[in-house]
Amino acid sequence: MTIEVKQLDRVVIRFAGDSGDGMQLTGDRFTAETASFGNDLSTLPNFPAEIRAPAGTLPGVSSFQLHFADHDILTPGDAPDVLIAMNPAALKANLRDVPRGATLIVDTADFTARNLKRIGYEQNPLETGELDAYHVIGLNLTGMTVESVKEFGLSRKDASRAKNMYALGLVSWLFQRPVESTITFLETKFASKPDIRDANIAAFRAGYNFGETAEEFSVRYEVKPAKMATGTYRNISGNLALAYGLVAGAQRAGLPLVLGAYPITPASDVLHELSKLKRFNVTTIQAEDEIAGVGAALGASFGGALGVTTSSGPGISLKSETIGLGVMLELPLVVCDIQRAGPSTGMPTKTEQADLLQVMFGRNGEAPLPVLAAQSPADCFAIAVEAARIAITYRTPVIVLSDGYLANGSEPWQIPVVDDLPTIDPNFTLEPNATDDKGAPLYLPYLRDPETLSRAWAIPGTAGLDHRIGGLEKEDKTGNISYDPANHDLMIRTRQAKVDGIARSIDPIEVDDPDGTAKVLVLGWGSTYGPIGAGVRRVRKVGGKVAQAHLRHLNPFPPNLGDLLRSYDKVLVPEMNLGQLAMLLRAKFLVDVVSYAQVRGMPLGAAELAEVIGNLVEETEGIDDDARHLGEAAANLTHGEALNGNEHDLHQSRLGGAR
Amino acid sequence: MSTVDLGLPSLPGGLHGVPAASEPQNRKEYVSDQEVRWCPGCGDYAVLAAFQGFLPELGIKRENIAMVSGIGCSSRFPYYLSTYGMHSIHGRAPAIATGLAVARPDLSVWVVTGDGDALSIGGNHLIHSLRRNVNLKILLFNNRIYGLTKGQYSPTSEPGKVTKSTPMGSVDNPFNPVSLALGAEATFVARTIDSDRKHLTSVLRAAAEHRGTAIVEIYQNCPIFNDNAFEAFKDPETRDDAIIPLVHGEPIRFGKEGRLGVVRDGFASLAVKEVADLPNGEADLVVHDAHADDPAYAFALSRLTDAGILHQAPIGIFRAVERPAYDDMVRQQITTAQEAQGTGDLQALVTGSDTWTIN
Repeated sequence: MTIEVKQLDRVVIRFAGDSGDGMQLTGDRFTAETASFGNDLSTLPNFPAEIRAPAGTLPGVSSFQLHFADHDILTPGDAPDVLIAMNPAALKANLRDVPRGATLIVDTADFTARNLKRIGYEQNPLETGELDAYHVIGLNLTGMTVESVKEFGLSRKDASRAKNMYALGLVSWLFQRPVESTITFLETKFASKPDIRDANIAAFRAGYNFGETAEEFSVRYEVKPAKMATGTYRNISGNLALAYGLVAGAQRAGLPLVLGAYPITPASDVLHELSKLKRFNVTTIQAEDEIAGVGAALGASFGGALGVTTSSGPGISLKSETIGLGVMLELPLVVCDIQRAGPSTGMPTKTEQADLLQVMFGRNGEAPLPVLAAQSPADCFAIAVEAARIAITYRTPVIVLSDGYLANGSEPWQIPVVDDLPTIDPNFTLEPNATDDKGAPLYLPYLRDPETLSRAWAIPGTAGLDHRIGGLEKEDKTGNISYDPANHDLMIRTRQAKVDGIARSIDPIEVDDPDGTAKVLVLGWGSTYGPIGAGVRRVRKVGGKVAQAHLRHLNPFPPNLGDLLRSYDKVLVPEMNLGQLAMLLRAKFLVDVVSYAQVRGMPLGAAELAEVIGNLVEETEGIDDDARHLGEAAANLTHGEALNGNEHDLHQSRLGGAR
Repeated sequence: MSTVDLGLPSLPGGLHGVPAASEPQNRKEYVSDQEVRWCPGCGDYAVLAAFQGFLPELGIKRENIAMVSGIGCSSRFPYYLSTYGMHSIHGRAPAIATGLAVARPDLSVWVVTGDGDALSIGGNHLIHSLRRNVNLKILLFNNRIYGLTKGQYSPTSEPGKVTKSTPMGSVDNPFNPVSLALGAEATFVARTIDSDRKHLTSVLRAAAEHRGTAIVEIYQNCPIFNDNAFEAFKDPETRDDAIIPLVHGEPIRFGKEGRLGVVRDGFASLAVKEVADLPNGEADLVVHDAHADDPAYAFALSRLTDAGILHQAPIGIFRAVERPAYDDMVRQQITTAQEAQGTGDLQALVTGSDTWTIN
């Protein structure tokens, strides 16, 4: 049989199964194979909060989506071209996302009347014809897996657990992925359990070979490596990039890093990663609660380390009082909020960006602090380095916003040269910095640098500079307790001016407006960067003129932001909240921005954004409702139509490190 | 989950790693320029004076002492000492001090807290610092009342106490701070009294020498909102019968002319008896062993404290045992990692093992 090889410019593939089926691992491995092949890629893991929801049920379905291409891409894709469903529940839970014409590879082993009924199928959907619009490949993957590993003498249950590797092997064949790294991975992962190791490798190989020999497949696909800027790349997830960025920031400042953290989804992986890095003078304290986590970090900062705490929205609520103390003490502190869907416990494993106003204002009194947001998984590295720079230079708590989508998603990252990262000077005070009225040397802990307004920082152990600080309002310069009304007003305004002044140290926001004639600007922040960029490309592809800019500094804003907003007729602000950035922009700049708000626990889709953007572009150009077509045309673009072309490369995070 | 042998270090003294002062120091050097603002007659004055007098004898550099406090009257303490200090937020001082102690092996870190700060809002941090055995010295000023918020009952107030927030009497069952600390398996637990400077100083000295967390409950009088709560321990008429003195290696005997003593009483309990009534007299008394490994004995001792109005309580060091300190072990793991893997190569870290190159 000859097998045709079909060239594709991009593919979106989704692996779906029970929480216990190993879909995240399967997705990770396929990602690693794809990265090493040289495709550009973007991933979206999606899993339930329950560790093992009941098997075979809809709430228990876990999935991993990967978008890979021969060109620069920005999102994990709106809709899968290929769905691998390991049971009926996985098929049912994911089918609504799969466009007609897509390929469904289904493990038929669990399609029994009982299992089908449990999830509301009266009849077997593989037999009723309801999937006729799809290219369905039904295979007994479980059965074939068990058969392929029988020589290892495992129980049927243990044997069938290798079915994810069988499926991975099959898909690796289908898309011509290099398989060596997965074999090596399995050899390492299961080194201490030879039976399991050999069974997984055998299942993986069997799946690959099945593709080669079976007649179900007449076509293989090829997605050529992407043309990317020259350099050395790796794949990296947001949480790993954040952990490495924090270490890099501390190292560039020459300070030990002390993390105080309490486990919370989706932030725990930062704790896990940093816990492995003790050789970098990284201390991790798994605290008794969120408050103790940030407390330990602040205590370490008082001692001259870089104190860091990592959490998600509910934990940030608990840390608020201590963060306020950090504002008052004017000590460095990096607080990472890996946002998840709220309010309250919300949807722990789903993404959202609804903590912006909490971190901006969620403290008693006037307690301003800098807020940064990463725009892509790899950008978490640069943002963490930037947070360390600001925290140490300005002696202030800094909030870093990431979210579940960035935390678990991954993308290729052009590896930075660490020696090119900025150096950060803690500028500890070692000598008295003033004299008293008799001319005797004196240390004033709240004497400020005239440029940055940051205070003098002497750490315990420095002879002659002992002093006491606390949460009570302090007198200007001396730091002594003060209830003086004029002093309080001065200190409130000084702390605000210090944070506002950070804007002088950050770059103006760059706008992507190819010929400078767009009337509509799309402005976003955080993880919407990818979907917005993809939506903007779609609109341009069908002839619309639209500009894009993305905020990484949310407090203070870049110095030119107001002028930029006022230079466009309309500003669209898409967010995964009810318009929090839009509220800030209106309040600060009196610009009536257009908010586009979706809060579904999922990233915004490129096609939906394209439609919204296209409609706004035409509205702004005075085109009547019924004559508009851009939005629909942009939304309906397929595959390569939407993505090819020579648009301006939007991947700032891949090109530059932290400034 | 597996466990590993932590390779525990042998225990150094409480001040190991803290640089020694080059010259003898005096009390005056430890007095800060801030005006002390406690109420006249407050027990805190006596503790402050004793502490300022005691610090020079530690012989360590003044700038290597750090005081961390929470919120409450006692938590103003750091302002009045010319050391490094942080007056933090309510209940959180043990957490903040934990971070400081971990980051700085060259500091002697003290926590100053009160019964509300440590046992109510900060109860969680207190028990976890004791459980971990962080190198902290915790001074718990217990006046059995909320002073700074003007007189509400506290978690150590006696049942039935009438205060502004309990006009019909408190229905809360109080904590015994020593029992609580022993329940958390604290390695050093002591109790002393604000008015007995000599005893207070001796306990502070032992606490400073202890490696790990040392918690010292200080009975401290609030003359405004809970005056005379500890009068039984101060009045010459009653104090001999009130104070059960704990001296390691000596029989626990007290009262006028030594008429009372502590004996074993049933399963894991202790009781106070007239020595004259004991079959073998003093030979039947418990000989205090502060180094007993099992905290059950010290716990039984702590139960000799009255729960309501105080008429009798053990005073002294209940427990002083050796267990590796948390911060020492945390630092040891970093040293071990660096010895095994070298100090980290940041470029190698960010590069990882799975890369590809685009030419």
